[in-house]
Amino acid sequence: MKKTFKIGGIHPDDSKISSNAAVEQMPVGAEVCISMAQHLGAPATPVVSVGDKVKVGQVIGEPAGFISGFVHASASGTVKAVEPRPDILGNPVPHVVITVEGDEWEEGIVLANDPVPVPELSREEIIDRIRRAGVVGLGGASFPTHVKLNPPKEKKAEVLILNGTECEPFITSDDRLMRERPTGILTGAAIIMKALGVDLCYVGIEENKPEAIASMTEAAKNCSGIVIVKLAKKYPQGGEKQLIDAITGRQVPSGALPIDVGAVVQNVATAYAVYEAVCKNKPLISNIVTISGHSLASQHNYEVRIGTPVSSILEYAGVTLGDNVKVLSGGPMMGRCVSNPGATTVKANGAFTILTESETKRGVESACIRCAKCAAACPMGLEPWLLSRLFRAGDRNDELEKERVFDCIECGCCQFTCPANIPLLDSIRLGKADVMKIIRSRAK
Amino acid sequence: MSKLLISPSPHVHSVHSTRSLMRDVLIALCPAVIVSILLYGLPFVLILAVSIGASVLTEYLIERYILGRESTVSDFSAAVTGCLLALNLPPCAPWWIAVVGSVFAIGVVKMTFGGLGQNIFNPAIAARVFLLVSFPVIMTDWAVPDAFSGATPLGAIAEGGAAPVPGFKELFLYKVGGSAGEASALALLAGFVYLLVRRVITVTIPVAVLGTVAVFSGILHIVNPELYTGPLFNLFNGGLLLGAIFMATDYVTSPMTVKGQIIFGAGIGLITMLIRYFGAYPEGVSFAILIMNCTVPLINKYCKPRRFGEVRK
Repeated sequence: MKKTFKIGGIHPDDSKISSNAAVEQMPVGAEVCISMAQHLGAPATPVVSVGDKVKVGQVIGEPAGFISGFVHASASGTVKAVEPRPDILGNPVPHVVITVEGDEWEEGIVLANDPVPVPELSREEIIDRIRRAGVVGLGGASFPTHVKLNPPKEKKAEVLILNGTECEPFITSDDRLMRERPTGILTGAAIIMKALGVDLCYVGIEENKPEAIASMTEAAKNCSGIVIVKLAKKYPQGGEKQLIDAITGRQVPSGALPIDVGAVVQNVATAYAVYEAVCKNKPLISNIVTISGHSLASQHNYEVRIGTPVSSILEYAGVTLGDNVKVLSGGPMMGRCVSNPGATTVKANGAFTILTESETKRGVESACIRCAKCAAACPMGLEPWLLSRLFRAGDRNDELEKERVFDCIECGCCQFTCPANIPLLDSIRLGKADVMKIIRSRAK
Repeated sequence: MSKLLISPSPHVHSVHSTRSLMRDVLIALCPAVIVSILLYGLPFVLILAVSIGASVLTEYLIERYILGRESTVSDFSAAVTGCLLALNLPPCAPWWIAVVGSVFAIGVVKMTFGGLGQNIFNPAIAARVFLLVSFPVIMTDWAVPDAFSGATPLGAIAEGGAAPVPGFKELFLYKVGGSAGEASALALLAGFVYLLVRRVITVTIPVAVLGTVAVFSGILHIVNPELYTGPLFNLFNGGLLLGAIFMATDYVTSPMTVKGQIIFGAGIGLITMLIRYFGAYPEGVSFAILIMNCTVPLINKYCKPRRFGEVRK
């Protein structure tokens, strides 16, 4: 039996058509517009003013709380504006706009591509460097990495798990990173292991990425305590709880955190960012972005400076958007629709997927035939048909809570699999919001 | 600027639809239907056509003219009911029996509860039982007119008129007598494999039904072989395979978790054997399925899936 998680899951067409597109550097544009809300938690406070000259890697936003993060200039030039601008979803967020002039970097940042050995640092020094480099979880949640590496005293990490599953269809940025820069990822892993005080690290990679498995396995020969684990292809294996289950067989209980079963999960791209932060003194100012879609003439992986407009990346990739297409930030299962392509990239943007209307059209809803495919597909062991029915009946929040609507990770397996085209996840999301309101009012 | 589409995730959907699932069930029924046509000829073709036609028409008329809503006959569920009903009738029953059965199945058992997805009982099975208690003579008249029985291609291949010896052929390939769909275990099993491959159903319910029948009859057969027929005879005779594969697995009227499906299937197997051994009727599959259909809401309430992270008790 191939390793995978035990409950539910689906097998969507993985559409990894961009896997052979090697990472290309996308040139910096005339302007970058950098969001202050690139991490979970409070947005950073801008510390530059209009007219200031900034260098690449210079701090332009400082954390506004414990769960917050540093933000750095991704290009050198003059600050043109510090103001709220709509993000890709259309929500206004504070941004720092820089008119790009030259490519001048902060001192002390190592720009050479050659591997740099890990400096002798204490655990606290490592975590501080990661924090000062503005590293956040690049798997999608953007949780500040330094917080995750600082578990509460009474909880002990036993194992680090690197997430190289990339189970979302279309996306190949992690695949390319693992193929092209395995040593950096594993050096980052070793640094995180030191910070956590663990001597075991598993890297989970799905079997549809044989080249990544080969290159990571080869690189891991020089590392002690790092094991590359080949996993079956099944969505949503990249879910934190599913990945821990697949690799260790431990299931994080409802409402608990991975650390409660001794695990800390980091994305491979996060580990690479940690390597650059600690060994090269380089803050997180760029990321690898997949541009993919069956309707596109060519597929791409670009290393893009943070704060680049989505429209510029699409233009660079030769994509002309027609009417009635979907541009997704992320993949087709959990990605969010870009409503404002003029907005700019943030740290956690790993892909933009373009779907045509026919690829993404929702079918007409019909009656539930109680086939239970949704329940069989749910990786959390929930009954989506029941949750959706309770929500639609109205005023059944107690039952929704009892049926553990909060365990839903919004992976979309239920809705994907429903033969009656019932918008199960739409209802469940709304149900979660209702129950959340009740829990909040109870706490008061 | 181009107009972009906006919606919440997920943005793609599997290839399954209600229509595709029902179409797969119809395809899976094809081997059994073909065997019956070869064995029984035109009388069965008539029964099949009338059953499907009357089922679909009943659903269409009720939805359009009584409920005043869009018709859903294009989802093929009424066609599946019609096809299953035909396979549950004596192959040469009068055509009007098929009409009465179809109207009852769709009009009473399915539509009065709200249509697809809402009914408690499997419509085809309920209609068969309705016909059995209303027209007992017709419904147990397995006679096949000579003119047709002699003329069917498969019949012609069979050894010329010799008294049939119960053996591999009768048990597995085909036999004349019984409901139309009971003729060939092989054809039904071929349909089963198709449904599994297409992921329309899982093995749980059929295995639970057949396993229970095999174990229960096996034990009693060992205790008293004179009185109780053995597992092989019970598995391959009567409507058990047809019921276990195609009727007990009806989504709407079966439980939604594996645990519940095991209880449901075991219940059907047990009740079937109790009726066969101790009941007044020679066959009990239909009654067993109907009885277990009643328990489904209760089973669904108490058999929850194992939640992620829940400790096994």
